Amino acid sequence: MNYIHDLLFGVYPYIAGAVFLLGSWVRFDKDQYSWKAGSSQMLSNRGFRRANTQFHVGILLLFFGHLFGLLTPPSVYHALGLTAEIKQLVAMGFGGAFGILCFLGMTSLVKRRLTDPRVRATSNTSDIFILLLIYVQLILGLLSIYVSSSHMDGQQMLLLAEWAQQIVTFHAGAADALLTVNWLYKLHIFVGLTMFLTFPFTRLVHIWSAPIWYFGRNFQIVRRKI
Amino acid sequence: MKIRAQIGKVLNLDKCIGCHTCSVTCKNVWTSREGMEYAWFNNVETKPGIGYPKEWENQKVWNGGWTLKKDGDIQPKIGGKWRILANIFGNPDLPEIDDYYEPFDFDYQHLHNAPEGKHQPTARPRSLITGKRMQKIEWGPNWEDILGTEFENRRKDINFENVQKDIYGEFENTFMMYLPRLCEHCLNPTCVASCPSGAIYKREEDGIVLIDQDKCRGWRMCISACPYKKIYFNWKSGKSEKCIFCYPRIEMGEPTVCSETCVGRIRYLGVMLYDADRIKEAASTESELDLYQEQLNIFLDPNDPAVIAQARKDGIPDNWLESAKASPVYKMAMDWKLAFPLHPEYRTLPMVWYIPPLSPIQAAADSGKIGVNGIIPDVDSLRIPVKYLANMLTAGDEAPVTLALKRLLAMRAYKRGQHVDGINNQTVLDAVDLSARQVEEMYRYLAIANYEDRFVIPTGHRKEATEAFQEQGGCGFSFGDGCSNGSSELNLFGNKKTNSVSINVGSVKKYEPGVRIPPVIPKSLSS
Repeated sequence: MNYIHDLLFGVYPYIAGAVFLLGSWVRFDKDQYSWKAGSSQMLSNRGFRRANTQFHVGILLLFFGHLFGLLTPPSVYHALGLTAEIKQLVAMGFGGAFGILCFLGMTSLVKRRLTDPRVRATSNTSDIFILLLIYVQLILGLLSIYVSSSHMDGQQMLLLAEWAQQIVTFHAGAADALLTVNWLYKLHIFVGLTMFLTFPFTRLVHIWSAPIWYFGRNFQIVRRKI
Repeated sequence: MKIRAQIGKVLNLDKCIGCHTCSVTCKNVWTSREGMEYAWFNNVETKPGIGYPKEWENQKVWNGGWTLKKDGDIQPKIGGKWRILANIFGNPDLPEIDDYYEPFDFDYQHLHNAPEGKHQPTARPRSLITGKRMQKIEWGPNWEDILGTEFENRRKDINFENVQKDIYGEFENTFMMYLPRLCEHCLNPTCVASCPSGAIYKREEDGIVLIDQDKCRGWRMCISACPYKKIYFNWKSGKSEKCIFCYPRIEMGEPTVCSETCVGRIRYLGVMLYDADRIKEAASTESELDLYQEQLNIFLDPNDPAVIAQARKDGIPDNWLESAKASPVYKMAMDWKLAFPLHPEYRTLPMVWYIPPLSPIQAAADSGKIGVNGIIPDVDSLRIPVKYLANMLTAGDEAPVTLALKRLLAMRAYKRGQHVDGINNQTVLDAVDLSARQVEEMYRYLAIANYEDRFVIPTGHRKEATEAFQEQGGCGFSFGDGCSNGSSELNLFGNKKTNSVSINVGSVKKYEPGVRIPPVIPKSLSS
C-alpha cells in the first residue's frame, strides 16, 4: 500500500511533469499547426459567451489561487501576519466562489459539447476527454471544501502545501506528507497530475500561448520573405 | 519617405457578367477541403443585397474595420488591445456559421440505390459538419444571385443609405450589379492589428496579407476585425484562413487564379508604389469623405525620378519599378480616376479597386423625358443610382463616381463616333477632361483588355519562387507541416517512420509502345 502511495505521490508527479514539459516542447517544435485554442464558437454561439467566460475566468483564478496557496512557504505568509487558520478560510472562501463561477460556466459547456450536434460532431476524443476530466476535477475540488470544513485548523492544508513544495524542490520522501490527509484530497491531486500528464496531447496547449505579448507590439506587422 | 510596392488589383464591374468562374476556380484550388467548405476566398454577390455573410457591410452589426477616436488616433472598431483580449473567451462580434451557410452535400448515391418506386428519387442535402439530413438550405455565397430573394430582405443593404430605396423594390425600377469580392490586401489591415498572436502579417515585397498557419492559435479576432469578412475560421483545423492572393503564382509572375480564369477579362493586376510612412496619417483622416483622396495621395508616381531613386534605396528591385510604370492599376486609379476602393470608410486602405458599372438608361430617358448631356446621357438617368455606387466606393461622395461614369460613357461615345460616323468627336472628350490619346489607351485596356495589358506582374527573385502546382489544396501559408492533422511523416527525431516499407513491384509488366500485349482471357471462357 505504501509502495502505491509513493508511486502515485512521489514518482507520478515527476512523470507527469516531465511529459508535460517535454511533450509540450516536442509538439510545439514538430507540429505547431496543431497548436491552437480549438474554438467552436462559430459553430454554436448561443449562450456560449457567458459560459465560456465564466469557465475561463473561474479556472484562471483557481489556478493562480492554487499556485499561491500551495507554493508560498509558510514563513512568507506568517511574516505577512496570515495564520494557517485564516489562510484556510481565505482559500475555502475564494476557492468556493471561483469554483462555483467555473462550475456554472462549465456545466453549460459540458452540456453543449455533448449535446450540440455541430459541436459534438466536430469534437475530438481528446476534446471531450479533457473537458470531462476538468469537470470531474472541479467537482472534486468543490467537494473538498466540505471535507475541509470539518477541520478548520489549517493543518491538513499545511501538509498539502508541504507536499507540493517538496515535490517542486525535488525533496525525497515528499509523498509522506500526504499519508494522513483525506482520500478526497489525494484523488484531487491524482486527477490534477493526470491533467498535467495529458496536457500536451490535448487542446490545453493553448494555455502556453496566452497572448500577453499583444500589448507590447505595434498594430501592423510587416515581414520580408527572406 | 519609405517606399513599398504592392500588387494591386482592379475589377471592372462594367464588364462583370456574374458567371462565378472566379469563385469556382478559386474554390477548386484553395478551399475544397474539410473545414473550409463554407469559405469562399472569392465570391460574387448580386447587389443590392445583404451578401455573404449576412449584412457583412453593416459595421453596426459586425464592428469591422477601424474607428477614429476622439484624440484623432485610430483603433480597431472591435476595440483596443485591452478590449480585444478581454473578449478572447467569447467574441461578441463573431459571425456564426449560419450567417455564411451550413456547408452541405447531396445524397447523390440515393439516385443510384433507390428502390423502384412511384416517384423519381431525389438527392437531398446533408450537412458536411454533422453529417445529418438538412431540411432546407438557408443561405450561400451567392444566395441573392440575380436578385434572388424578396426585396424586403435585400433592402437592408447598407449602401441604400440616403437613397429613397422603396421604388427599387418595384419591378419596373429595380436594378442590379455584380460585386466579386476577395481579400483587399489592405495597406492598413485591421485583421493584422487585431491578431493577438501576431500571426497575420503583410509581406513587404508585394503587400500580400497572409496568416502564418503555424503561429495562428485560433483566437478568432481577425474574423470580426476584417470589415469585408474575408477571413474564415476553419472549424476543422481551428485556424483562420484567408485569400492568399495566389502568392505562389504571383511570385512566378503569374496572375491569381481568379484573374487568370475571368472570362469577362475584368480583372487587372499591377504594381503600385506607395509611401508606407503615411499610411497611418491617411487612415486617420478626419472626414470619411476624404479617405478616397487621401489614399490616392500616398500612391507615388512610378515615372518620377525622385520616387525611383528613393525606391531603389528602399530595396525595391528594378523589374518591379519597370512594372510599376506599366501598371494597369495605376492607370485606372490614378491617371483616369476610373477605379475606386471598396468602402474606404472602413479606413483599411484597401488595394482591390473597382470600376463602377454603367447601367441601362431608364425607360423615362428613352421617351425623351430625361436630359441628355450633349451626346452622352446624363449619369443620373442611369438605372443604378449614383448615390448607391458612391456609398459603396467613395464613402458617399458622388462627384468622383459621376466623373468615372461620364468618362466611361464618353469613351463609348467617342469610339462609336469613330466607328459608326467616322469622326473624332473631341467635344465629348473635352467635357470629361480626357485627351484622345488617353481615351485610346482606356479603350485598349478596358474594351480590348489584352492579357499582357491586364497582368503586369514582376516575378519575385528567383530564389524565392517555387513551382506553384503542388500548392493546390494547401492550407495557406506555413513554415511547418502544412495541413497537418497531427500525424507527421517524420518520427520524433526527424527520421522517416519505418512502419511502412517501400516494396519493389516486380510483377507489373512494362508497357512498350508497338508491342502487342495478348489479352488475358479468363479460363472459364477460353475452354
